[in-house]
Amino acid sequence: MFKLVKRLTSVVAMFAVLFTFTTETMAAKKSKTLKNTQKKGFVRCGVSQGLPGFSNADAAGNWTGVDVDVCRAVAAAVLGDSSKVKFTPLSAKERFTALTSNEIDILSRNTTWTLSRDADIGLTFVGVNFYDGQGFMVRKNSGISSVNDFKAGVSACTNLGTTTELNMRDFFNSKGIKYEPVTFEKADEVVAAYDAGRCDTYTTDKSGLAAQRIKLSNPDDHMVLPETISKEPLGPVVRQGDSVWEDIVRWSLNTMIEAEEYGVTSANADMMKTSDNPAVKRLVGAEGELGAALGLDNEWSLRIIKQVGNYGESYKRNIADTGILPDRGPNELWTKGGILYVPPAR
Amino acid sequence: MNFKKILPQLLTLVVVILVFGFFSYNAQVNMENRGITFGYGFLTQESSFDVQFSLIEYDGSHSYFRAYLVGLLNTILVSVIGIVFATIIGVVVGIARLSSNYLIERTAAIYVEFFRNIPLLLQIFFWYFAALRALPLPEKAEPIFGVFFLTIKGFFIPAFVWNNLNIFIYSVIAAIIAIFFVRLYAKKKQENQGIQTPVLLISIGLLIILPLLSFLLGGVNASIEIPVIEQLSQTSFTYKGGLKLPPELISLALALSLYTATFIAECVRAGVQGVSKGQKEAAASIGLTPNQVLKLVVMPQALRIIIPPTTNQYLNLTKNSSLAAAIAYPDLVLVFAGTALMQTGRAIEIVSITMLTYLTLSITISIFMNWYNKKIAIKEK
Repeated sequence: MFKLVKRLTSVVAMFAVLFTFTTETMAAKKSKTLKNTQKKGFVRCGVSQGLPGFSNADAAGNWTGVDVDVCRAVAAAVLGDSSKVKFTPLSAKERFTALTSNEIDILSRNTTWTLSRDADIGLTFVGVNFYDGQGFMVRKNSGISSVNDFKAGVSACTNLGTTTELNMRDFFNSKGIKYEPVTFEKADEVVAAYDAGRCDTYTTDKSGLAAQRIKLSNPDDHMVLPETISKEPLGPVVRQGDSVWEDIVRWSLNTMIEAEEYGVTSANADMMKTSDNPAVKRLVGAEGELGAALGLDNEWSLRIIKQVGNYGESYKRNIADTGILPDRGPNELWTKGGILYVPPAR
Repeated sequence: MNFKKILPQLLTLVVVILVFGFFSYNAQVNMENRGITFGYGFLTQESSFDVQFSLIEYDGSHSYFRAYLVGLLNTILVSVIGIVFATIIGVVVGIARLSSNYLIERTAAIYVEFFRNIPLLLQIFFWYFAALRALPLPEKAEPIFGVFFLTIKGFFIPAFVWNNLNIFIYSVIAAIIAIFFVRLYAKKKQENQGIQTPVLLISIGLLIILPLLSFLLGGVNASIEIPVIEQLSQTSFTYKGGLKLPPELISLALALSLYTATFIAECVRAGVQGVSKGQKEAAASIGLTPNQVLKLVVMPQALRIIIPPTTNQYLNLTKNSSLAAAIAYPDLVLVFAGTALMQTGRAIEIVSITMLTYLTLSITISIFMNWYNKKIAIKEK
């Protein structure tokens, strides 16, 4: 009798093990990163060490910015709460290693999408959340009003390990100007060195220049030259090899942009459920089964819009209202003369 | 019996191989999953980034390997400068700490306690950011002796422009070889006849006379190029001509030598104090002058105590020079493990090369210092 009970329990235990194994593999097939994120209860997001408008922490440690909002959107979609994000500030040098070595799951850190980064080092760029270009900042009283005024011997401060370093060389070489590159690992050190007069010019993405300018001791003494010397499409990055997670991040960003296009805001999202436009209804989860394809419920996009807002709201809150770049320039919807254009969610 | 002895060693070997095997296999699998390729082929590719300060000719059209050399040479440069100055300051401060003059002894003690108890990175930041801000802009710099300009953009000094530099170098080498033979001769003479030869004076004389001859007879001449101010725009200036030492190099070398000197000073103090008083008294009693006591009795014994810990400090200084990345001095870590790593994405390859390089540097210093230590060790007869 005792023997039988023992045998029975072992059989049951075996089945239990087999069963958990099968459910485990099905979930794993879905997405390892998604599963881990749901288990941990927060999204691991790599951001900058402080770039106002993009990713910047206040004194209380609250992160804000358009890059931050991408991670918050993913948290809203996956976990139902946009505040469940763990932010890891990274230098330009550390960012890709942090992502490929599994320290973070999304890198949303004003990172330029280039072929070699996308193809060569185990990363996948999922989209563009800010179209930028490299520019130069100079002192107003220097009399330099255009990049053509630079002379041989000019010293330029910039960040280490960025596309900026390469563009700068291309630019000065094409002009035949011998220059002195002074590269720092942290943005704050670049600003400090430029501010002290170590360099004649400070070069990085124009949005970065606009944002960092407020950190200078006399911001009004400096100006950004009108020319743009490169294309810098900035966007979130994920590890290569998890296509479901890649899709979730991509469509979280796309949802924010599409919501702006259809006029869905954090304030009116609930009311839009009864809209006449099927595209709008799909966007707020009142029609279709789009969430299932991503392994999510059907209200994922509604939560993004309600908790984070659409792209326009995010831009206004973080970049326009803070006085960094009031003019949206190319980062305007395609319907309004910009180049923001995302594939339809259907 | 023999087997019992070997077994633990064998087990250790197996464990080591397993651990290494596990990590390399793990890395391989993960890299394959993420589509990362592995290989050192990138070293010959064009680097396409520039470096602000280089001892060899370099720009972005050269290869990543050349960029590596640039970083390595810059690391060696700042380490050598640091070691030389740290040793000089360290010896002076160490001896000052033994001074019977209260003021000198206290000043040296305060210096040691102050600089060795502040983190090095903080000191580097201080010398770079705080001291840099205090330096004048190029157009406002007061010339030192009329030809040196210490500015926020660097230290501009006159440069020599050489004709027939190789003949000059040969003359210096010839002088060094001559000194070597003079020393051999002096040693023999002392052993055979007990007569001391003023080797130092002869050496200095040779080092001056031979290169001087190369100027007079060998057609060597050097002109001096003095830096001249140049305007870049309405308000920004720089100097042209001469030699430029970037402020990053100066602050880093300064911070490294001031910090490491405190430790060397303590080594020196300990070494001199480690020689027993009886030795000095005995030396004095057989009629040696105080100078001879120091040179022939105290220092040879003190050095044996000083060298091993000082070797550690030299190694520390070399490794600490990698903090250069924080202040834009283009050393190995900034150029190779920084920019090159970022542009190629070859983390494993580049980090392994960088680690091996530091290991080689450290071992080289170690071997040299061990050789020197052996040379001055007591030779048991």
